Parts: sequence; structure tokens; C-alpha cells
Amino acid sequence: MSANTAASPSQLSIKDLPWQIQWREERCTLCGACTSVCPVGAIRLGVFRKREIHAHPSLSTRPKTTWSIRYGIQQCTEPHRACVGCATCTLVCPNDAIMPMHSDEKDKLRMHRNIGGQARTRGGRRNDNESVLDRIKFIRISMLTDPALDAGRHEFDLRTLLGRVLPPQEGVRAALDGGWVPPVREIYPLMIGSMSFGALSPNMWEGLQMGVAYLNEELGMPVRICTGEGGVPPRLLRSRFLKYVILQIASGYFGWDEIIHAIPHMKEDPCAVEIKYGQGAKPGDGGLLMWHKVNQLIAAIRGVPPGVSLPSPPTHQTKYSIEEAVAKMIQSMSMAWGFRVPVYPKISGTTTATSVLNNLTRNPYAAALAIDGEDGGTGAAYNVSMDHMGAPIASNIRDCYLTLCALGKQNEIPLIAGGGIGKNGNLAANAAALIMLGASAVQIGKYAMQAAAGCVGSESDRCNICNIGKCPKGITSQDPRLYRRLDPEKVAERLVDLFVSFDTELKKIVAPLGRSTSLPIGMSDAIGINDKDAADRLQIRYVV
Amino acid sequence: MCRLFALTASEPVSPMHAIRALDVMREGHDGSGVGLFLSDFGGPLAAFKDKPILSGICTREGLRRLDAAMEDWGFTPLWELPITPQGPRPRWTPERDVYVLRVYDMPAHIAALPQQERELALVRTRLELRHMGLENEDIIVFSFWPDAAMIKEIGDPLQVGEYLGVERDELLCRTILAQGRQNTNYAINLYACHPFFIQGISTMTNGENTAFVPIRDFLMNQGVPGYEGYNSDSEVFTHILHYTLKVLGLPLEAYKHIITPLKDHELENHPQKAFLARLKQLCRRMIIDGPNCVIGAIPGGTMFMVQDSKKLRPGVVGGRPGLFAFSSEICGLDFAIPDRDRSKDVQPMHLDTVIVGPSRQEVTVCRQTQPLPLHS
Repeated sequence: MSANTAASPSQLSIKDLPWQIQWREERCTLCGACTSVCPVGAIRLGVFRKREIHAHPSLSTRPKTTWSIRYGIQQCTEPHRACVGCATCTLVCPNDAIMPMHSDEKDKLRMHRNIGGQARTRGGRRNDNESVLDRIKFIRISMLTDPALDAGRHEFDLRTLLGRVLPPQEGVRAALDGGWVPPVREIYPLMIGSMSFGALSPNMWEGLQMGVAYLNEELGMPVRICTGEGGVPPRLLRSRFLKYVILQIASGYFGWDEIIHAIPHMKEDPCAVEIKYGQGAKPGDGGLLMWHKVNQLIAAIRGVPPGVSLPSPPTHQTKYSIEEAVAKMIQSMSMAWGFRVPVYPKISGTTTATSVLNNLTRNPYAAALAIDGEDGGTGAAYNVSMDHMGAPIASNIRDCYLTLCALGKQNEIPLIAGGGIGKNGNLAANAAALIMLGASAVQIGKYAMQAAAGCVGSESDRCNICNIGKCPKGITSQDPRLYRRLDPEKVAERLVDLFVSFDTELKKIVAPLGRSTSLPIGMSDAIGINDKDAADRLQIRYVV
Repeated sequence: MCRLFALTASEPVSPMHAIRALDVMREGHDGSGVGLFLSDFGGPLAAFKDKPILSGICTREGLRRLDAAMEDWGFTPLWELPITPQGPRPRWTPERDVYVLRVYDMPAHIAALPQQERELALVRTRLELRHMGLENEDIIVFSFWPDAAMIKEIGDPLQVGEYLGVERDELLCRTILAQGRQNTNYAINLYACHPFFIQGISTMTNGENTAFVPIRDFLMNQGVPGYEGYNSDSEVFTHILHYTLKVLGLPLEAYKHIITPLKDHELENHPQKAFLARLKQLCRRMIIDGPNCVIGAIPGGTMFMVQDSKKLRPGVVGGRPGLFAFSSEICGLDFAIPDRDRSKDVQPMHLDTVIVGPSRQEVTVCRQTQPLPLHS
């Protein structure tokens, strides 16, 4: 702006933005790669006029002024073009001439992300690096009568059960007398949580599915992946790989017309059906796929017209109450597959989780309860929902586990924990901590995107533009020019790396605790934390 | 690590014989305690086969309270074995007022109950006494059951055995479980001392149970009288056996399938694959993770030994028709039954349940890969 004109309220300087572009003129070749890849158009070619004054030491010689033109990179300051810090410019720069740097103070942009009264929406994760799970330590090391086991050479069975487990007395009777026994799957305790076809690009989805198939068929690791609410490609529905897939039904019922019609043609039952009632990133606020991403393919799979935003309602509105909805939907979905497929609800972390659980204990068809804590991620949500809504997963899972214990039904309804597992890179430690607090399994989404596809999003509000389909890595974009950057084969390869290394780390945790023959669910004597209040709240040991 | 020794004999033998075998294995226990489970008595107790025997330790005031309570509940003392300490009190053994080993006549309303309810009434009576004793720490009750008695005390096993005069005709019996403690995990507390007992079932274990907390959390919320205490991580082994036999109604051979179920590749060719796979899922909460050797006795005179699935503990069973010993170390067996055919000794492996039945004529090895005797 000019020095002598009025500044509008939303006139920001580069200093006011969260990310500042550092550009090194001496390295730049002006190739233009950075400006062409920037997903939000935060940088553009700058044409700078420079005045140079040549003054002579002698007063008798008059100074001369010359003008030159230079070309370079210029950062935009309009709020909608503010740099998101993804550093794709750095990635493509041949000379390392450009890099976004985080501001040294809180940005002012956050107060202006509501131009036109539109509250900020974004994708990604809660902007908070704190994690109580990271602070949990494994303290019961086998050093005496029970020898620590050899993580590298011992035989481990770390599978978990997904499905309603009857009380032993009832189950034995049913097994001996030939009565109906609820379906139970033996699966790997690290699951890939629900990310829809639509939220993810076709290449990302395909890569994850290929990775899961490889883990199952080549490595014998029964890893399961949930579809999210976005339908399933017809070929997958009719393939033998469906048994590795958990189908999600949510309040928009997207894609379920296709799924229901495919049932007679299915070669295998799906692993399970997840009924979504809530998610950690936007608790109590339905799903959302913004219009940017609803292209012909997505529209066809979901059974909707293209180019419109697809919000799912906050709840399943065809039923009278949540309890009723849960009971009836579990019954209906169970019936659709002849009671051969476990059906369970997924809710967002909430203080009412124990009430939901109590309800499920009285429903013999309820196969599990998945709880997605406040750190859960999303493809699109309001910023306020992501940053401030929902309950943390650690105490939520612990409360639910202790509720089941008090009812004498521990592990009969497996608890699946999600939200923030591995948010700071400590995937196995976070997962093991939740398992020892009482989770039967944990599910990840963002970590898989980071490790398997190179997602650059972070809790420091980096990138997080999954909602507008501009993902610079092609993970959450439906634009072929972007998602062709992602090689599905490489995603599959990295996913396998992730699970194999996780498996090693999990063994490195449980072996020193003297555990190998079963997953140590609820082994709360093994963990401690250096925070007295947290220790009291979680009923684990306080250690300093 | 604790040492275990058990005898099952056609002719009654002295518990001191088992204690001497423990003494041979003394490098494995530290003198912090001894526990005895005695059953199938010869001698005068044989005359009271159906009458419950109360075993425990009381202060004088505790005994007064116990007498009053038992009288109140209608139990009448029939016979008592006075245990008078002899000689110098062993190091670490506290001075006790009264060691109780007393036979009671059941009140008519309990005696008339069907067997299952009568058994539960006896369990509840023991628990009432135990809870009473915990209030003032003046009554410790180990068992209250027909033809079964328990003696437990802190101190070196041999010295305690001599101090309490265990070598006596009144205590001759056919089933003996004996444990010499090595106190590693918990403060010396007699309720943490093996063998453990519930409803006629007794087991003792060495090693440590790394899966203790989740198993305890499961058992103590099943609403089964007696699933409480858990002063030792090994008490759950007794309760899981009780759960197998009494709650699930499965045979002894199923116990191993619950605590250490077969792995998938082992299940593959089992004739009861479907049932066992289901049982593994249903009872996953009771899977132990070792390292443990469990020796136990169940009503009717059957004795057994099992190992954890990693087989990280020693254990041997041997003897001759009429007399068999279950020992955590071979030296204990060699001491107790030197004149046996050693080639017939059995060291159970990770799939085995070694059983000597009430006839005490042979050792049976039941492998988990064999069919279970199931009845629908």
C-alpha cells in the first residue's frame, strides 16, 4: 500500500502472516517452479524497480541516479492467499533458494480468516502439540523372577479381537450346544481409521488398500482399514480383498446404495461395519466434503450430483434418539449380512462415552465401541471444532475400560481408541499406552498420511488445506494434476514399512514387560506418568 | 523363586516328608514362609470326612470373636488338633496366640442344602471370617472345607515344620501341596502365601504372573464368592481353575486351554478346532503370560502340573504306583522317592497337563493337541 493512503482493517503485512517466505536472490534461477506449485498462490513473480544513486566524494561532481529492473519472488498478503507453510516451493526449488519460515509471534491473520462472515474451515488436526500419551512411561520391566523376553526372537501373538465376546459361561454353552455366537475377527491392534474415498485422492486410497492387502497376504498381518463415509469402488466390493475392509455408514449414507446392491455379489463378507455417530475432529458436527472435491468420480461413487458440498447431518436423523438409532442400526446392519459381520458404533470422545458404553453392554449385537478423541483429524471442519471441541482419548478410554471391568465385561465390547496416536511421532509408545489403559485396538489416520504419503500437515497449523482439494502431495486432492504426484505403489510400500516397524517397536515395549502370549490390554500396572493429577485420573502409577 | 513340592499317595504320609523335600531345594527359597495344603486324611480326621475343617491363625481375642460367630451361625466344634509350638521360635516367625485346625459340624439348614449350595455356604462362611479378621487383624482363615486343612507360617520351612510339630499321626494324609516361599514381590503376608484355596480346589505356583492385573480385574468382577484378596499375583491361577471347573463346567484338561491356549498353527489339526478357537476368544482375559509352573489338587484326589506356554520353569513328576511326587526341581523328587524308575519321570512341556488320578497308580500326560472330554 502507499504510505499516504488509508489502511483497510484486513490489510496485513508479511509480518502479520503465520509463515514468511525467505527467498535468496543470489540462489534463485527464476525458473518459476515455486510459483507454479504453490497450492494457495501465496507467491508470485515479482518485478522490482530499483533506484541507485551514485554519489561522487567530490562536491563538484553531481550525483547520478540510475534505475534498474529486477525479477524475483513476492509474497502475497491477502488473507486467502496467505502462505500455509507447506514448503512445496522448497521441495521443487533446484537451488534451495526459497523456504517458508514460521513467524516469531502469533500471527494476526487468525483474526481475519472470517472475511465475509465466513468462519474458518480447514483440514488437518488440532493445533496443539501437547500429548498426555507421550508422557506415559512403561515402568514394569521384568527384572526378577520373570525374565524379560527377547523381542527379536520370541514368538508373539499381539492380535486383538474385533466383535462381541460373550461372557465365557454363555459362550461355552452356546459353543457346545450349537447356539448363535456373535462374529469375532482376530485382527492386528493397529487399524487404519476411517478416511473416505473423496476425502482422500484415488491414488492415496488405492495405495492404502494395496498396502493393507500386502500386509495380510504376504506378511500375515491382519491389518484392517475403514472406508470412512464415501462409498467403495465397485470392484473392491466384489473382490476378495473386501474382508480386510471395515465399511463405514454415517449420517449421509453416501455410497450405501451401491454397497447394498453389491451384497449379493460379494465374494467375502467385509471385516466389520462401523456406524459413525461422531468423530474427534468435529464432535457432534457431521461430515463434510466440500464442493471443490466432488468431481464426477466422487459423485458417482457417492450417488450424488457433482460440484456440490456434501455435508452429513450431525446425527442419523431417521431415528428418534441416539440410543434407538444405535440399537436399530446395529440390528439392521447385522441383519444385512446374516449376523456374520460385527457391527459397532464410532463416537467422538465425550464425557457421555460411558453412557453409550453402558447402553451397548445390554445390546448383544453391539460388536465394539470406537472412540475418537479430540486429537482426531479430518479432511474438512470448522477451525473452532477442531481446536476446542471434544474429550481427550486417554481418560475417555480409561473410564470406559474401568466401566467394563466393574460390569465384569472387560474386553467383551472391545474399545477402539483413536485421535492423536503418534501425533508427535511416538506411534508404538502411544498405542501401547492406550492398550494398557484398556483399549483393545487403536486406529490411526493422520500418521498413516504422514508416514505413507508424506503429508506435511502439523499441529503448528502447517498446510492443513485438505478441505479445498489443493493438497500439495496429492493425498487429499481430487485434481489429477495434483494426485498424480502420488504413486500408489510407493504409498503401499511405505504403509508396509510403517506396520512392520510398528510391530518391532510394539514387541520392544511388551517383551521387557514379560508379555508375549496375548496383547496386554488393561495392563495398567506396567505404566506410569510423572504427573500426579494425571496418574490419579488414569489410576496408574505416579513416577518421578 | 519359590520351590514347590507335592505328594499324592495311596497310603497316608507325613507332611514333614514334603517339607524335607523342600529343604533339599532350599537354594530356591529364602525362608520367608511355608504353606501346606493337606487333604484326604488318614488318622483321626478320617472319621470326619464330610465335616468342614477350619484352618487359620488367631489372636486370643480373635478366637473369642471367631467362636462367637461360628456359634451364632450354628457351627458346632467336633474335634480340634491342638498345635503347640515346640522348641525355639524360628527366625522371622512371629509369636502367635493360636493355630486353629478344628472340625465343625454343620448346622442342619446348611447340611440339608444341595451340594452346590452347601459348598457355597461354606465358602461364604470362610469369607465372613476372613473379612472379620481383616477388620482387627486378629483372625486369618486359610480354608474351611471337608477333609482339607492348611498350615501357613513365616520362616524357614524345615524349622517351621519342626516348630509346629507337623510330624504327627493326626496330619498323615494322601494329598499334600507344599511351598517354600521366596518373597520377591509383596510384603510378607500369609494371605500371599501359596497354596491358595477355594471350594476344595488348591494350587500353588512359582514364577511371576505378568498378566496379573487384567486377569484380577476380570475375576474380581465376576460376582463369584471368593474371587477377592489377590495379595499374590498367583492367586488368580487357583481362581481360574475354579472358574474352569465350577463356573464353566469344563474338565481339568480344559484348564491349560484357558491359561495357555493353543496357537493357530497348533489348533489347525485339532479335532475340536472350532470349540477351542472359540474358547480361546471367550477366555482370552484369563490367558497367563508366565513364567509359571502350577501344581494343584482338586476334589476327589486328582493332582496335576502345568507349565506356561513358554515353558520357562522346570517341573518334574515321578514316583511309583501308590506314591507320586510333583516337584519344581528334580533334587526334591530324588529325595522324596529315591526308589523309583527315573526313566519314567515326566517333565511336562508347554502343551502338557500331567495328571495323577485318585488311584495313584500312573502318571497321565494330557497334551493340548488331544481331544478334550467334552459333554454338551
